[in-house]
Amino acid sequence: MDITSSTADSSPPARPGAKPGSKAANAAKGATRPGDRIFLALSRGSGLLLLVIMAAIAAFLAVRATNALSHNEGNFFTTFEWSANATPPVFGIAVLAFGTIVSSLIAMIIAVPVAIGVALFISHYAPRRLAAPLAYVIDLLAAVPSIVYGLWGALFLVPHLGGLYSWMNDYLGWTGVFAYHDGAARSLFTIGILLAIMILPIVTSVSREVFLQAPKMHEEAALALGATRWEVIRMAVLPFGRSGVISASMLGLGRALGETMAVATVLSPSFTIGKSLLDPGGGTFAQNIASSFKESGEIGKDALIASGLVLFVLTLLVNGAARLIIARRKEYSE
Amino acid sequence: MAKRIDVSGLSAYYGTHKAIDDISMTVEPRSVTAFIGPSGCGKSTFLRTLNRMHEVTPGGRVEGKVMLDDENLYGAGVDPVSVRRTVGMVFQRPNPFPTMSIYENVAAGIRLNGGRIRKAELDDVVEKSLQGANLWKEVKDRLNKPGAGLSGGQQQRLCIARAIAVEPQVLLMDEPCSALDPISTLAIEDLIGELKERFTIVIVTHNMQQAARVSDRTAFFNLAGVGQPGKLVEIDETARIFSNPSVQATEDYISGRFG
Repeated sequence: MDITSSTADSSPPARPGAKPGSKAANAAKGATRPGDRIFLALSRGSGLLLLVIMAAIAAFLAVRATNALSHNEGNFFTTFEWSANATPPVFGIAVLAFGTIVSSLIAMIIAVPVAIGVALFISHYAPRRLAAPLAYVIDLLAAVPSIVYGLWGALFLVPHLGGLYSWMNDYLGWTGVFAYHDGAARSLFTIGILLAIMILPIVTSVSREVFLQAPKMHEEAALALGATRWEVIRMAVLPFGRSGVISASMLGLGRALGETMAVATVLSPSFTIGKSLLDPGGGTFAQNIASSFKESGEIGKDALIASGLVLFVLTLLVNGAARLIIARRKEYSE
Repeated sequence: MAKRIDVSGLSAYYGTHKAIDDISMTVEPRSVTAFIGPSGCGKSTFLRTLNRMHEVTPGGRVEGKVMLDDENLYGAGVDPVSVRRTVGMVFQRPNPFPTMSIYENVAAGIRLNGGRIRKAELDDVVEKSLQGANLWKEVKDRLNKPGAGLSGGQQQRLCIARAIAVEPQVLLMDEPCSALDPISTLAIEDLIGELKERFTIVIVTHNMQQAARVSDRTAFFNLAGVGQPGKLVEIDETARIFSNPSVQATEDYISGRFG
């Protein structure tokens, strides 16, 4: 305490000519060089610009959405109808929310275990000569445009899923959820399968990176105890990678929730919630916006924007939940 | 419990590079054998061949024989996993599993080896192992706290407790004190003195005083030059190695004239 105060007191007399705000006084504080000042202005400007753009977008969406909602004659959350261009307009997001969440959940249930398996195979089982090309191919899958997945889904997946659906109907049909009535397989479940394939690469490659970073010293600790390779993974790799896998899954979920073209290409949309996931029909937020934007009038477009806002909030909630899960595990991770 | 190790004509490779060349030695049961020698002389590599951990390293390969009593660890059809259950290991840096509690860390090996075990029985083994590692008194009230929350010296003793919980025949220690302060080092050295009543102990160390303090026999390793494989120069009673070694190079190393 004494030392700092004495140096602070003694510094002004040490430089007699220095007035506050002069070059010498600034030099003591740090950033005075022109390069520093330009860079500071640039980086601060970009940061501010981003915030301004975000605020502008949010304000625009909120205003347009409010406009639509004030004209809506139905209940925005419970109405099973989307007649936003009728007079008076009647629309609700119940079907879209259901379709979006259900198809994304199906995608997660299928994709995450497979992705973890593939990632572990690449990081801990495959010989090096095989691991590198395999990882490359998986990354390449992420680069395929979603419309290509959509076309493949519509032209190949839909005609070939009938067999699987009949089989599921035979064994699980009694649940009602997996009953199948011989229609075209343009259902939410098909969307789930397609989305699973689409999010597989991103979940796999992020998980793989995390598994590769698992500390060698803990793997060796497990090995030295007489663990088999699977036991090493269970003791030293999976616990270390847990939060990374959750983040990877959330990235995948984000993509599944917002996927547009592939869903719009495959699904035969309807504003009903069927008893069975295998029956055609349903819709998602993004698909509905893409399918009906062009034919929409003023209010119709605003209504679509309102539904888009809901999707945005949904994605935010998902990310928030993921962060909570990761934070709760902090105590035990390094 | 403790078994004799008999190594003959053992060489180890990293890919095409030969790390140690043609080593033969006997390690007596219920005793401490120390490996000393300059860095890069292959003493850690040799230690890792004794529980088949060397071959885990990509490109790692071993030639020769390691007999544990009358079983060749490198014999045809020997499962490296079961070898490692018989020959335990403690590493240079304390490495308790960070996601596990103190209790779970000690129980980890038993859960692997025994599969299912009754809770009361497991409690017993955990307490016995922690007592065996002179750690019980310090942690008995926080068995469910993360093992990573302990001090470095306590973590290392936790790792020793984890290793001895599965009742191995041999305990290998790879510079177990090099990351610890003098007090924790002393605690580990005392512990080694107690553990040799039950186990065959092999310890690699860079600290010659430590080798002199804890070991009954000492092996000196050396290498002819950079890129050359390491060789065993001699192995003898520790007292003899430190007072009157039979090879000049050993005396030079111990008296600090090189290395």
